Amino acid sequence: MNSKKVELLVGFFVALGIASLLFLALKVAGTNVSGSGDTYQLKAKFENIGGLKVRSAIKVGGVIVGRVEAITLDLEDYLPVVVLAIDKNYDNFPDTSSLSILTSGLLGEQYLGLTPGFIDETVEILGDGDYIEDTKSALVLEELIGQFLFSQGSE
Amino acid sequence: MNWIQHLGRNAIDRVAAIGRASMMLFGAIFGKPNFVKGFPLLVKQLYVVGVLSLIIILVSGLFIGMVLALQGYTVLVGYGAEGSLGQMVSLSLLRELGPVVTALLFAGRAGSALTAEIGLMKATEQLTSLEMMAVDPLKRIIAPRFWAGVISMPILALMFSSIGLLGGHLVGVEWLGVDSGGFWSVMQASVDFEKDVLNGVIKSIVFAIVVTWIAIFKGYDAIPTSEGISQATTQTVVQSSLAVLGFDFVLTALMFG
Repeated sequence: MNSKKVELLVGFFVALGIASLLFLALKVAGTNVSGSGDTYQLKAKFENIGGLKVRSAIKVGGVIVGRVEAITLDLEDYLPVVVLAIDKNYDNFPDTSSLSILTSGLLGEQYLGLTPGFIDETVEILGDGDYIEDTKSALVLEELIGQFLFSQGSE
Repeated sequence: MNWIQHLGRNAIDRVAAIGRASMMLFGAIFGKPNFVKGFPLLVKQLYVVGVLSLIIILVSGLFIGMVLALQGYTVLVGYGAEGSLGQMVSLSLLRELGPVVTALLFAGRAGSALTAEIGLMKATEQLTSLEMMAVDPLKRIIAPRFWAGVISMPILALMFSSIGLLGGHLVGVEWLGVDSGGFWSVMQASVDFEKDVLNGVIKSIVFAIVVTWIAIFKGYDAIPTSEGISQATTQTVVQSSLAVLGFDFVLTALMFG
């Protein structure tokens, strides 16, 4: 076999390898080429974050508008602080909006549900670094069962 | 007493073999490279080692992906969780089956051929003739084959995983009726590029070094008779398969443990 044909086949082989790497990176791992995009930060304090994790989704009516960027503990009142990175395209949530920790399906992952509040003259729009005051904690199954048993026992 | 002497001789032989193998690899890799002369040799070996292994890798990848999807579906559908089929197929392929099965097939397809070729070169005294002509056989024969193996196996493993996923898609979505959008989106949500894809590539680079090293050393060190070459070829396949499985456990424990 002449060397031209060998080189051609090897080039084809390497190109196929690069193509499969790109396939795995883009289609399978879902890596975004443009990076994470422009985001701004909001913060929220919860009583209990349950199984919420960094990179959990933030949804408004089921549409993903951002992801959890960091979870820390405020050492003054020992409450978890969740830092949200929200897409710059969605930048007009009023500060009456509320945030709750929800579960997708019975055993699914936990995500943050953002419910936009009403808007009038006195309500301001949330900007970078603002806190969302109205938060609802995660449902912890053990606590729920405990409350149920307690209320059964007191009857 | 005889028994202890036997054990001692065995141990010395093993250590000496490891020493000879390291010397050979060192001489092949760290010798002064000649890119102008070496590159055509490397391309030729990439063809022999990589391109000719393509068919077996692609066909087995396709079928392993299809079987994974079929088996995964029958288990997952019992929990109503067949939507997670994409996650199951992609993680098993990227983390384990892609690198490991590729390495095992590579040992059988290309490793044995390397051993037999180099062993026969030794038996027909071609290696000695090269030395007589002041050509270093380590650079001329061993180095291109080693690099060809190390370069082509990760590429083959990537292709194996990709075609396996397509096979899984074929069975899961086209045949068994899992939702196509869910198949890909669950996969994208659970597969991380660095953690899963790149760790799989690192694994297959390690396997490539191990398998190719064993294959060329067994050929280079073979007893130059027809019996010796057949023994060396068998040893290549057995030892590199065992080494791949052993290293796989260690690497998995380090990466995902």
